[in-house]
Amino acid sequence: MKTLGIDIGSRTVKAVLLKDKKVLSSFTTLNTYDFANIIKRILDELECDKVLATGYGRYLAKRDFDIDVVTEIKAFAVGVHHLEPRARTILDIGGQDTKVISLNERGDVIKFEMNDKCAAGTGRFLEIMAQAMGYKIEELGAEALKAQKKDLQISSMCTVFAESEVISLMARGEKKENIAHAVHKAIVTRVISMLKRVGIREYLVFSGGVAKNPCIRSLLEKELEISVHIPYDPQLIGAYGAAVLAGGIL
Amino acid sequence: MKDYIEMWKELDLDLSAHDELLKVLSGFYQDIYLSQQDRPKGMGYFDFVMSEIHGLRVKELVEAKKQGQKVFGTFCVFVPEELIWAVDGICVGLCAGAEAGKEEAERVLPRTLCPLIKSFMGFKIARLCPFIEVSDLIIGETTCDGKKKTFEILSSFKPTYVMEIPQMKKQNDFNLLKEEVLKLKDEIEKTSNKKITEENLSDAIRLINKRRKALQRLNKLRQKNPFVISGKDALLVNQISFYDDPVRFTEKVNILCDELEDKIDKKQVQDKARILISGCPMAVPNWKIPHIVESSNAVIVDEESCIGERNTRELVDESGTTFEEMIENIVKRYMKIDCACFTPNEERIENIVSLAKKYNVDGVIHYTLQYCDPYLIEAYRVEKALEKESIPVLRIETDYSLEDTEQLKTRIEAFVEMLR
Repeated sequence: MKTLGIDIGSRTVKAVLLKDKKVLSSFTTLNTYDFANIIKRILDELECDKVLATGYGRYLAKRDFDIDVVTEIKAFAVGVHHLEPRARTILDIGGQDTKVISLNERGDVIKFEMNDKCAAGTGRFLEIMAQAMGYKIEELGAEALKAQKKDLQISSMCTVFAESEVISLMARGEKKENIAHAVHKAIVTRVISMLKRVGIREYLVFSGGVAKNPCIRSLLEKELEISVHIPYDPQLIGAYGAAVLAGGIL
Repeated sequence: MKDYIEMWKELDLDLSAHDELLKVLSGFYQDIYLSQQDRPKGMGYFDFVMSEIHGLRVKELVEAKKQGQKVFGTFCVFVPEELIWAVDGICVGLCAGAEAGKEEAERVLPRTLCPLIKSFMGFKIARLCPFIEVSDLIIGETTCDGKKKTFEILSSFKPTYVMEIPQMKKQNDFNLLKEEVLKLKDEIEKTSNKKITEENLSDAIRLINKRRKALQRLNKLRQKNPFVISGKDALLVNQISFYDDPVRFTEKVNILCDELEDKIDKKQVQDKARILISGCPMAVPNWKIPHIVESSNAVIVDEESCIGERNTRELVDESGTTFEEMIENIVKRYMKIDCACFTPNEERIENIVSLAKKYNVDGVIHYTLQYCDPYLIEAYRVEKALEKESIPVLRIETDYSLEDTEQLKTRIEAFVEMLR
């Protein structure tokens, strides 16, 4: 049986097609806000027996295509548990939200936290900071790791205020990589307090688009003093979990 | 609605803005309430009251005033309304649950202030609330900093009397509340030009107890699975108890309850998560969270809040025969209120745990209005106490805007998924 999971996130849309638990193909595209068209393209290209949608835009898939839905919390929990049954804590940093999910040995969600309205400390935050410093988002983390000076601080977590802090640091003549490092540190500090609220239990899996950023991972490991495990394609976990759930192979 | 335009003009409402507000409210009500399936017939009365919220009820108040009755507006379950009904006065709750008038409110208040306070101030300055306009006296209290400082500003718009509420529950706090109740009695007598007597106070105590008992009865019935009434409807009835005539209201609640009793055991048990909402009150039309919860395969079986259990749980002892005994019984009853403005406030935490067990809930949603420090801070201890009993908790902090609806949906749905 072929099952499809579609994760309609705030910045990107992801899809994973499974056949008998094995990934047949996957798909990631920037969200153009023409959800219906993107979903239609996915459904046309990735033929399947069953489909399940998750993510911020899941109800559009339900409304326009009558696709069943599940929250991204559940989808991530299932996706991670299937890839790594040892996982007990998931940190997911996506385009516009950050979540921490605590799992039991069966992969059930036992507690979770999610940021509210504000996108501070998420992928979008990093994108805007990268833009302010003239970096591409893909290179931002690697550049930040080159920092010599690691004591710079970005004190504001509001994206708008943080951007002006970045600009004033540049105006002061600070090196870009040092500022980039400070931006990453600010995010990690915020994320750690959320992790601590839920409680950090090993094994920790870090997923979502931001998990591709090597500096965030490195700072997390340094601060938490535990290993942070990143799946092969961290951005696809939600879609993968939805595909697993669609097949009912729990 | 046309019949009321003259009345609204006389009350000096901003007619076009008020019209807009009623339009939005009615659309909102259609989506959230009238679209529900299988509603009890008895809800028809409450739908009618809501459709006439700024119309017929206000007209009744205007007429009553012509007959010499006085209208008192309040913001808190701490104001002993028995004293108001004793002088044949009318008590109306003025707590507001909409963002209307926000810009006006932010002209005089800080932006980072509780939405409930900003809302009633906005309604006043933007001239949107006929209940504030029709009130002869507003009775404020000192439950939180936001309210007590806002009453200083409100008093320049409307006659406002502020009673002091103790913050602890020692003997001297009882004495303070008693003194304050007696001072309020003088104030109410002065405004109404009537005396509070043993006879009329005793009647008022019984009147309001009857209303509380009817709401307690409703609260028991909403526990039954298959559910005979939605949590949203039960909340609505509680909300309306703050506006409506108590005699008529009590009768209508009891009629509704009779109908619900007949409905019991006639359907299959429903597989829905049972949720207890704890925390800040939800004033009309703040139905954002209840609507999301009940659209997510869950039923709200109780609100621990002021618009809910906290207002109905305790009765005033009716056995007092002298004036002194009655006042003492009123003070005793009101001192049992476990608002987060008290310290220590173990009663509230213990009560939430015991409600969660008594109503066999699957999870608790701790709901706080943004910037409401007492409830926001107490949420930590509530969460710890519930976790100790292995009762899952979701903490939500939000305001009256609808911008966070999607994020809230995800969190609430995920919480319900977690409970199944």
